[in-house]
Amino acid sequence: MGWLFTIIAILAICLFYFYPMIQAFILSFQSGAGANLTYTGFDNYARLFNDPSFIAAITNTFTFLIVQVPIMIVLAMVFSVLLNDATLKFKGFFRTAIFLPCVTSLVAYSVIFKYLFATDGMVNKFLMNLHLLQEPIQWLTDPFWAKVTIIMAITWRWTGYNMIFYLSALQNIDRSIYESAKMDGASSIQQFFKITVPLLKPIILFTSITSTIGTLQIFDEVMNITQGGPGNATLSISQYIYNLSFKYTPDFGYAATVSYVVVILIVVLSIIQFKVAGDDK
Amino acid sequence: MKKIKRIATYCFLSVAAIVSIFPFLWMLVSMTNKSVDVTQGKLLPGTHLFANIKELFATVDMVPAFVNSTIIAVITTVLTLLIASLAGYGFEMYRSRGKDIAFTILLVSMMIPFAAIMIPLYRLFGGVSDTMPWIGIDTLAAAILPTVTTAFFIFFFRQNTKMFQKELIEAGRIDGLSELGIFFRIYVPTMKTTYAAAAIIAFMNSWNNYLWPLVILQSPEKRTIPLLISNLGSSYAPDYGVIMTAIVIATLPTAIVFFIMQKHFVAGMMGSVKG
Repeated sequence: MGWLFTIIAILAICLFYFYPMIQAFILSFQSGAGANLTYTGFDNYARLFNDPSFIAAITNTFTFLIVQVPIMIVLAMVFSVLLNDATLKFKGFFRTAIFLPCVTSLVAYSVIFKYLFATDGMVNKFLMNLHLLQEPIQWLTDPFWAKVTIIMAITWRWTGYNMIFYLSALQNIDRSIYESAKMDGASSIQQFFKITVPLLKPIILFTSITSTIGTLQIFDEVMNITQGGPGNATLSISQYIYNLSFKYTPDFGYAATVSYVVVILIVVLSIIQFKVAGDDK
Repeated sequence: MKKIKRIATYCFLSVAAIVSIFPFLWMLVSMTNKSVDVTQGKLLPGTHLFANIKELFATVDMVPAFVNSTIIAVITTVLTLLIASLAGYGFEMYRSRGKDIAFTILLVSMMIPFAAIMIPLYRLFGGVSDTMPWIGIDTLAAAILPTVTTAFFIFFFRQNTKMFQKELIEAGRIDGLSELGIFFRIYVPTMKTTYAAAAIIAFMNSWNNYLWPLVILQSPEKRTIPLLISNLGSSYAPDYGVIMTAIVIATLPTAIVFFIMQKHFVAGMMGSVKG
């Protein structure tokens, strides 16, 4: 009887997730333009290693991941600890303000960031008025600064979102633990590393896995802020798959091969994070 | 020492708040200014708001995009809630070894990146375009169907069903309700807050979805709001005042939904971590 309740969901997930996964696997051994696909064995997989665009896409995506996720997780944790202080004034205002970026769509905020970080945009004007800069930074057209801009954009959009998870978890921690730690003479830094961090471990695991999966799939921001440029300096894996399928002469086979690399990366990274986070779960 | 720490905390949080809010303020101020003023860095409200709104609706197909986005988001939300809650309820209330295994397999789909299945999905809808044109490429139905059922929402409803009192089911059976009757007459009304939380997340996800509509909706009149904004953002001679107006209008629905239901939204986020 219970199966009747679940049958639509099971069929839909099979049709829209598992069946396409199998199709993508078969496609990854084929090559050709548009619908003219022929089996080419492992050629696509060999091609990956000699494809500078693919290597750029992997390097960029990992750069975003390695730099951005830790910065954001630490920031979210620091904000939540500061905001969890019962004696702090304007708590509601700070919390809402930091969470606010989450109401924007990824496309909308990307377009805003593109304008703010233009060479003659607000960010450069502001920094030059403060005399922090002599000349404007080429945020969007310099390979290094373009990456920095993307990282700042994602951090702006998602820090408040992750902060909410930490805040709710902190509210569940018994305050008496901190009281007795204070009595024993523990400094607030010690309290943070010895009490708060261990108790937040499940949330840290959760937020780092969801952020890792999110960043590995990053598309909307690079597409709308830099379009992957300059050159391939901010090209992401998802964007490369999109370009291969819909922008250049469509090569669905090779695009499917690239997409399987993302699948493997997500599985491997999730397993590593579970292992690192330890034994309790 | 304590006082210095306090002041440092306020300074740090204030900077964070300003950085978070500034893009919104800039967007709101810019929608009242001429394009030239926006590029010159004007940060005071101007008098150009109505001119910008008029120009926007005269030059950009805002209304059809709004209609498309609304149709897609509303249908997606309703179907998501229905399918996911039925499944979450079924998996939790009629537990069996087989169903637990099926549930675990469904959860694996959460790890599948959308970019990996995008091409086969595109080909799937391309394949039915001739025989069933109403769900083929470039239809709203094709934009909706693959996004409706996600393991996340099934998981979400199952977690929340754990808090549902099983005695209510027994009471329903004694009253002679069918199993589906129990679900619709007893479960759905008592789980209102869970549905509210799921509805906000589903609506926001759908309203903001970009990649799949970009792939599947090709003709300009089928465009959704994110596709339209993206298109405006990449124009070579942008009218900043008009574009800011468009972005504000595009952001309003999710911002309003969010502020009215802020509590449910946070509850929904937490509901996805528990357990």
